[in-house]
Amino acid sequence: MDLSSINPLVLLASIMVASTPILLAALGEMVTEKSGVLNLGVEGMMITGAVCGFVIAVETGSPLLGFVGAALGGAVLSLLFGLLTQYLLSNQVASGLALTLFGLGLSALLGQKYIGIKAPPTTDFDVPLLADIPVLGPILFRHDMMVYFSIALVALVWAVLKFTRAGLILRAVGENHDAAHALGYKVVRIRMAAIAFGGALAGLGGAYISLIRVPQWTEGMTAGAGWIALAIVVFASWRPWRVLLGAYLFGGVTVLQLNLQAAGVNIPVVYLSMLPYLVTILVLVIMSAKRGRAALGAPAALGRIFHASG
Amino acid sequence: MKFTSILTGAALALGLAGAALAQEKTKVGFIYVGPVGDGGWTFEHDQGRKAVEEAFGDKVETVFQESVPEGADAERAMTQMALGGANIIFATSFGYMDPVLNVAAKFPNVKFEHATGFKRADNVSTYSARFYEGRAVQGTIAGRMTKTNKIGYIASFPIPEVIRGINSAYIHARKVNPDVEFSVVWVYTWFDPAKEADAANALIEQGADVILQHTDSTAPQAAAEKAGNVITFGQASDMAEYAPLPRVSSIIDNWGPYYIARVQAVMDGTWESTDTWDGIGPGMVKIGEISSAVPADVKAEAEALRDAIAAGEYHPFTGPLKKQDGSDWLAEGETADDGTLAGMNFYVEGLSGDIPN
Repeated sequence: MDLSSINPLVLLASIMVASTPILLAALGEMVTEKSGVLNLGVEGMMITGAVCGFVIAVETGSPLLGFVGAALGGAVLSLLFGLLTQYLLSNQVASGLALTLFGLGLSALLGQKYIGIKAPPTTDFDVPLLADIPVLGPILFRHDMMVYFSIALVALVWAVLKFTRAGLILRAVGENHDAAHALGYKVVRIRMAAIAFGGALAGLGGAYISLIRVPQWTEGMTAGAGWIALAIVVFASWRPWRVLLGAYLFGGVTVLQLNLQAAGVNIPVVYLSMLPYLVTILVLVIMSAKRGRAALGAPAALGRIFHASG
Repeated sequence: MKFTSILTGAALALGLAGAALAQEKTKVGFIYVGPVGDGGWTFEHDQGRKAVEEAFGDKVETVFQESVPEGADAERAMTQMALGGANIIFATSFGYMDPVLNVAAKFPNVKFEHATGFKRADNVSTYSARFYEGRAVQGTIAGRMTKTNKIGYIASFPIPEVIRGINSAYIHARKVNPDVEFSVVWVYTWFDPAKEADAANALIEQGADVILQHTDSTAPQAAAEKAGNVITFGQASDMAEYAPLPRVSSIIDNWGPYYIARVQAVMDGTWESTDTWDGIGPGMVKIGEISSAVPADVKAEAEALRDAIAAGEYHPFTGPLKKQDGSDWLAEGETADDGTLAGMNFYVEGLSGDIPN
């Protein structure tokens, strides 16, 4: 056992990188669920974002455009889900699962010619002055832009939901769509916007994997990250800062155990790998009790179908 | 009750119809653990499938299913294939072992081939390649080329095949470089590019400058390339797109000839349950081109080792060797028998850490 080989600064930086994809996807899904829509297709939207981002970045040579394309790709796919569930009133759970399967297949098709190709390099952005602070500097201020962006977005989503009228309306739609409708709000349109936002963020999360974290395109490369993002939303009880905490915790467990193993520490890998899911199951059990559900802060209309005549 | 019996009847009828049709065309099924585009393990099995199609043309029909989880779902996938009229099914991952036997018991007329497994039945064969022979060549190059004397090893599951690879690579790295140390990281997955990249990064951050992988994707190669000054080896497939650096060589699985021979045996009615375990000599394992980043003398040494193994003059597990706990395993000049290798569950002396279980 030689813990001295682990550099805590490098480790924390790695955790931030490993957590960013699930953070982005979970934040988007949280907003979607806040509007009362349960979209289980996060995995499908992530992988579609991963392939769209990669293809566009390779073709244009610009990672930034790649991320824009990934957000668009994810959003377009999510609108398909929106069409099914909001206009055709399909079951949200089934449509979400179908979206995942569809996304996996579509991405494999789109990415066929891009296997083994290298992504254009992204550069780390050192925040001026702050990057030179001892200890904190390297952890917090020497990352690629997306890491800062994801954290800024958490703050933004939090502020919008808590302090603005738009946030209030979104929450109202998610809590009681009939009441919101009676007040004259366009429930379906608001939900479509929330679904598209969730899709865009899931796409960004996927592209972060294919453009920065790995970086390359491989079929099925998100390998379940979308499901973890879904779990984080529940774990965080639909609160933005807890989503951040949850994502860093879930991502952190993975990276930490890999580092401990590399350092030769004898740890029960199997249990650590299980941990995020165990916590999620626990939260779900608590949530399924009626009083627990309210206590956890789940949007009251989550997963319920809205129809103006009904 | 009635509805299910109708369903069963329909399924059986379909199966029979499928079997009748298949008499003209031999139907060959493949179950893959990852996507065919993984660039590694599954990719090479799919190359084998294509080789079968090319060899037999219109006489065969191949079907495959990708990303089938190891476990109950594999049983469903194989049952579906058997009902669909497959004459022979190749299940290409270790974790399909019991599902293969269960499904095989239900379809005695369908032949099953299980890769890297060790349980057989009248209609179940096993086949594997002696990847550890390739690992010996890798270990030699790794031991010669490391500057930090720290070699990182991304291991998938603690099964004999993976442990053999670690031991073989370690023995040969230490032989050329007594100071070499191995860090083994178990990721408990065959295919998860993000996690594989994280594992590679963890090892690199802790000073490893050679990364060996026993997982299926090219993600560790990409991570090593990003980090710079790190060398890697293609796993299962050549991964030549990462040559000459970081990928300096590779172990390539070459399943085509075996698949063609087995399908031929089904056509001829000569198929029998067997256990095949071939290495570099018969060509089931190939060593990918050693790139220009490797010094000429190291390259020559590695190639000499490869040729000696191919000719049967050298066995990668030749004594004197001790187990990790210091107990004797092989005496001077003694070579390991296949039984011990097939069930290998111990590290050799010098490796640190425990094998998880």
